[in-house]
Amino acid sequence: MTGTTLYDKIWNAHMVDEQADGNCLLYIDRHLVHEVTSPQAFEGLRMTSRKVRAPHKVLALADHNIPTTDRTGGVDAIADPESKLQIQTLEKNCAEFGIEYVAMDDIRQGIVHVTGPEQGFTLPGLTIVCGDSHTSTHGAFGALAHGIGTSEVEHVLATQTLIQSKAKNFRINVVGEAPDYITAKDIALAIIGEIGTAGGTGYVLEYAGPAIEALSMEGRMTLCNMSIEAGARAGLVAPDEKTYAFLEGRAKAPKGEDWDEAVAYWRTLVSDADAVFDKEITIDASDLPPLVTWGTSPQDVISIAGAVPNPADIADEARRKSTERALDYMGLKAGTPMQEVAIDRVFIGSCTNSRIEDLRAAAAIAKGKTVASRVSAMVVPGSGLIKQQAEKEGLDKIFIEAGFEWREPGCSMCLAMNADKLAPGERCASTSNRNFEGRQGRGGRTHLVSPEMAAAAAVTGHFTDIRNLKVEG
Amino acid sequence: MQKFNQLTGIAAPLDILNVDTDMIIPKQFLKTIQRSGLGKNLFDEMRYTPEGDEVPDFVLNQSAYRGAEILVAGDNFGCGSSREHAPWALLDFGIRCIISTSYADIFYNNCFKNGILPIVLPQADVDKLMDDAKRGANATVTIDLESQTIQGPDGGTISFEVDAFRKKCLLEGLDDIGLTMKKGAAIDAYENDLAAQPWR
Repeated sequence: MTGTTLYDKIWNAHMVDEQADGNCLLYIDRHLVHEVTSPQAFEGLRMTSRKVRAPHKVLALADHNIPTTDRTGGVDAIADPESKLQIQTLEKNCAEFGIEYVAMDDIRQGIVHVTGPEQGFTLPGLTIVCGDSHTSTHGAFGALAHGIGTSEVEHVLATQTLIQSKAKNFRINVVGEAPDYITAKDIALAIIGEIGTAGGTGYVLEYAGPAIEALSMEGRMTLCNMSIEAGARAGLVAPDEKTYAFLEGRAKAPKGEDWDEAVAYWRTLVSDADAVFDKEITIDASDLPPLVTWGTSPQDVISIAGAVPNPADIADEARRKSTERALDYMGLKAGTPMQEVAIDRVFIGSCTNSRIEDLRAAAAIAKGKTVASRVSAMVVPGSGLIKQQAEKEGLDKIFIEAGFEWREPGCSMCLAMNADKLAPGERCASTSNRNFEGRQGRGGRTHLVSPEMAAAAAVTGHFTDIRNLKVEG
Repeated sequence: MQKFNQLTGIAAPLDILNVDTDMIIPKQFLKTIQRSGLGKNLFDEMRYTPEGDEVPDFVLNQSAYRGAEILVAGDNFGCGSSREHAPWALLDFGIRCIISTSYADIFYNNCFKNGILPIVLPQADVDKLMDDAKRGANATVTIDLESQTIQGPDGGTISFEVDAFRKKCLLEGLDDIGLTMKKGAAIDAYENDLAAQPWR
């Protein structure tokens, strides 16, 4: 018998029931809930007089709609009445169903995918779901984590399980040593550029190899976060000493003997040497340049040293048309060197890149420099605790002195549900995860980059090869 | 959930790759706390100008397709955000069936929970149905879930695959939470065993 993969092991450990047709009932250990995808699920429970089966396995907070400007007036002072109602509805639902709610004025408040790991709610070997596609983030800890729709949110609330069919195994080996300034974001974009936004459909990805082991937990979260952009159900990194070091002592992580037992179990969560993957590719990190997207899909990736592609070079008609549409939307001409593309806005934040390490990296670039006069730039920390830590380290001062806005935590301009959005035609260097049409505001033009590359673009006013930018020591 | 048995309707061609759920229903419409009423904002930024006027070129604004119940679309339909508002908006507009070469996982799941049938076909079949759909009001297509067949406007028949459990749920309009709750004893037993791993 051949060995099993990390995904197989977590799957097998969570199977409650298997139907003859192959659909399984999978036990869910943790459920994160936010304000946008949950109101209809709670309403469904009320209409059917159903209860939340395991309220202590649920953690809720508002992140999508929340303002990132002054919050001293509390929820009542939120200007947008619909946003306010959605946040109040979540508060009420949590109180009614006995779910822990992290309020807007709580220091732990942040983006669900930042707060979860930060609190030790995310642990290796668990199944974790949330009505949010970027739940894949938690795979960085060796947890099977994925986004679900609102009907499934209701299903998990009512039953603590999910009806699932098993995905296939896809291992992505990232070998070599990433050069200076080549980040987890570049690795993620390189993978999506290689396999495409549907390349992972039907699979759970396992990221492995020396370049993955070398990543910090923050880097692994960035990488797993973008698994969904490759179409994958989830992304996984096997837990290791870095994982345990990150989690030990966190508020919701196990303590004492439980911790020791848990670590002993977590050490078994690796793919066996003889495990067979349905698909496998290898990428060499030592070859990677800093990457930037040029189009309206995360697979539209190019080296910062490259130029906007020419649709005329694409033989396939559907792809050519799609490229033409993207360039038209993005207001870009084929052949333009990416470094000549000027920007209007910079967004450093989102569940992809708003953690302390991201802010440190961006601050190191911004230090002693000034945001270009044509550019408006903002930094939105991923949680209240990250904001506090950054302020302790003086990062806020570096950003503010350079001309960045320093905001309160939330999803902000990653999806522009609150007041943070691009105006039509504005071009943004963004550390978020999606460059879809209209994603950051109708007519807005998004280019995905690493925090370092976003900061470099902010201070030069155009996309800039970070490797050539002088950084203050 | 609304049952899905047989559907005869107009198919609208949406010949775009990677249609994401932000396109299907932009974020400003996710602030609702209800499921209904999203149809008027389906494909909002493609369908209306910033001033709110209809974009005449957009397929669902053309007279032949205003009553479309089937969408024929490019590869990787429904990628991106998990928002179930996307199938809610499609359903509210009147779309009950989508035909494409592939779908993003979460969107695909979400369709079945809302009585929408997402059909996967090989490229050549989608190309054929796309061409048929471009013929406008004459492009009436019949989908029969029971026999897993599509009858095109010229009488040709195409077969499709669908998971047996999902098919049963659609045909009978089953509430899968209710089905799972019948397995409460198995869930209880599983939870009892969790005592061995207190951190879970």
